[in-house]
Amino acid sequence: MSCFISKYADELVKNAAYIGTPGKGILAADESTGTIGKRLSSINVENVEENRRALRELLFTAPGALQYLSGVILFEETLYQKTASGKPFVDLLNEGGVLPGIKVDKGTIELNGTNGETFTQGLDGLAQRCQKYYEAGARFAKWRAVLKISPNEPTELAIQENATGLAMYAAICQQCGLVPIVEPEILVDGPHDIKKCADVTERVLAACYKALNDHHVMLEGTLLKPNMVTPGSDSPKVAPEIIAEYTVRALQRTVPPAVPAIVFLSGGQSEEEATLNLNAMNKLKTKKPWSLSFSFGRALQQSTLKAWAGKEENLKKAQDALLVRCKANSEATLGTYRGDAKLGEGAAESLHVKDYKY
Amino acid sequence: MSAFVGKNADMDLTTKHIVFSMNVNPSFANASLFSRGADQERQSNRQALRELLFTSPNALPFLSGVILFEETLYQKTSDGNPFVEVLQENNVIPGIKVDKGTVEIAGTNGETTTQGFDSLGARCQKYYKAGARFGKWRAVLKIGLNEPSELSIQQNALGLARYAIICQENGLVPIVEPEVLADGPHDIKKCAAVTETVLAAVYKALNDHHVILEGTLLKPNMVSPGSDSPKVSPQVIAEYTVAALRRTVPPAVPGIVFLSGGQSEEEATLNLDAMNKLDLLKPWTLSFSFGRALQQSTLKTWAGKKENIAKAQEAFLLRCKANSDATIGKYSGGSDGGLASESLFVKGYKY
Repeated sequence: MSCFISKYADELVKNAAYIGTPGKGILAADESTGTIGKRLSSINVENVEENRRALRELLFTAPGALQYLSGVILFEETLYQKTASGKPFVDLLNEGGVLPGIKVDKGTIELNGTNGETFTQGLDGLAQRCQKYYEAGARFAKWRAVLKISPNEPTELAIQENATGLAMYAAICQQCGLVPIVEPEILVDGPHDIKKCADVTERVLAACYKALNDHHVMLEGTLLKPNMVTPGSDSPKVAPEIIAEYTVRALQRTVPPAVPAIVFLSGGQSEEEATLNLNAMNKLKTKKPWSLSFSFGRALQQSTLKAWAGKEENLKKAQDALLVRCKANSEATLGTYRGDAKLGEGAAESLHVKDYKY
Repeated sequence: MSAFVGKNADMDLTTKHIVFSMNVNPSFANASLFSRGADQERQSNRQALRELLFTSPNALPFLSGVILFEETLYQKTSDGNPFVEVLQENNVIPGIKVDKGTVEIAGTNGETTTQGFDSLGARCQKYYKAGARFGKWRAVLKIGLNEPSELSIQQNALGLARYAIICQENGLVPIVEPEVLADGPHDIKKCAAVTETVLAAVYKALNDHHVILEGTLLKPNMVSPGSDSPKVSPQVIAEYTVAALRRTVPPAVPGIVFLSGGQSEEEATLNLDAMNKLDLLKPWTLSFSFGRALQQSTLKTWAGKKENIAKAQEAFLLRCKANSDATIGKYSGGSDGGLASESLFVKGYKY
């Protein structure tokens, strides 16, 4: 084949397929130290390791939640952390049937000569790091590429650079036993309409799959984490059914069937919006040879965070809030969500932050 | 969308839908067989052959389309019915070959690019008026130690994309045909690798040129060992072929209609059948666009003689039905009389 069959091939295929199990999805809990700091400060919690650990313990021990998850993406620090009673998070997740994943990129930096476009760093020593993470129990990885829409963006340069970066990262991951999640996020910022977003998304995804083929990546052992196709943040909203149609059509035009699952990012959508949109996609009667699921960060944790507010006595309330969102999103992957999840405080709140940086 | 929405976009989509009715598949009947000269007698032979095929009793229901050469588009039956009308009356969509053959790419080891862009838009309009609703353009690549080269892949992908968008602008559904020749001693894995690389380049080019995939068809080679390599079973061909397509062809493409290359009639049918029996997710229909593999035994049976017409038409019906069964994975073999098992491989085949 034109793809490289690593010694981990069977495992990669099995794990990628597992992550796409209908009824399950991914909790993106891989906020870097800086980013999680912003979340914690929004609830007046100090950004120290113990608090970061406590938050993740809250999430991973939420009763009943893990059954709705097939994977959790972790930041490096978290991969080596334990519960208060000494159980490694990795073991906790494995026991719950949840694959541990690891964020492996090192953030974005600007592309010279462009209007604020970026590429993603992290290739140096990536293979060694991936081997280390595999030994620590990680079985999938994540790398976020970022593009933006404006009159002259994204440029061909930004598209090529980001597609190439994703492809190189993906090839290295597969050599080391990690299923690469390929994430080409097109930011929602801007006054553009949904057609423009669709146009850009299709161009970007086509470039990504060409690059993956060029770099001999085995698609059966990858996942895609794209943005949903929506109007820009400064543009009037549209119904979930419209978002579903444009999104699924964009994917039909660009994502080969060998990709087992597509796990959407939530961008700046509120918890409820993200769930309703995912649900609408799964209700759509059209060709979808990949499962459509979630890889949500903010859209799974927002109301949980608010309920917790950093206080021990709020633990149960916070964990209940997480369970509500996990169950709702699980139903959305089956197209059976009835929009009746008990909305926690903030569940309907937009999580859009202009020009969001992780 | 990034796809160009021409004034005939709706027509494209309607045509696509028709071409993919259940059990009904495009056929291939173009000029290859009589490509020497255009004198009167030969022209009437060409007309007679096509009339034989298009008036074969009960054969047309198994076809959704027929690809014609320009001359044929304007020909009639001996009692004056335009071929185009004969086809249309039987719900078979007329298609038209629009390329003008291949020429060598200078500096390569015999690799080629396909001609036909001059006035292509105007020609498509003309063909549309004459009743054609889909087009065909054949790009050719070969496998060798250093082939296909990046230049050849890029050139041919680009050519297919330009042709496709021009077709769509003029109401014709483009069949996109990137044929990787079977010639050579390479194994099936090599063919798979090359086919995947070529298809990936083709779909990138189609995206670059704003082609609406929902209004196209793909006509690829099956993935098989080279002609100088030991044969493998239909099951193996099916597995490698479908894997290659799953890795490269977006679900928006409604149908894949295989070329038969040098395969015998029976081989081609068995391989297609094996693909449709495969228990694997295939979001496009898998069908046939056969020339030699539908006409070979018919031609030999006819031998140009009027008295053989009925028998020849029976032979044609047999292949049409066999391939129709193959598109739903229901072919049970047994139509492989001597002629049907004859290899049709010709080294360095030129249309």
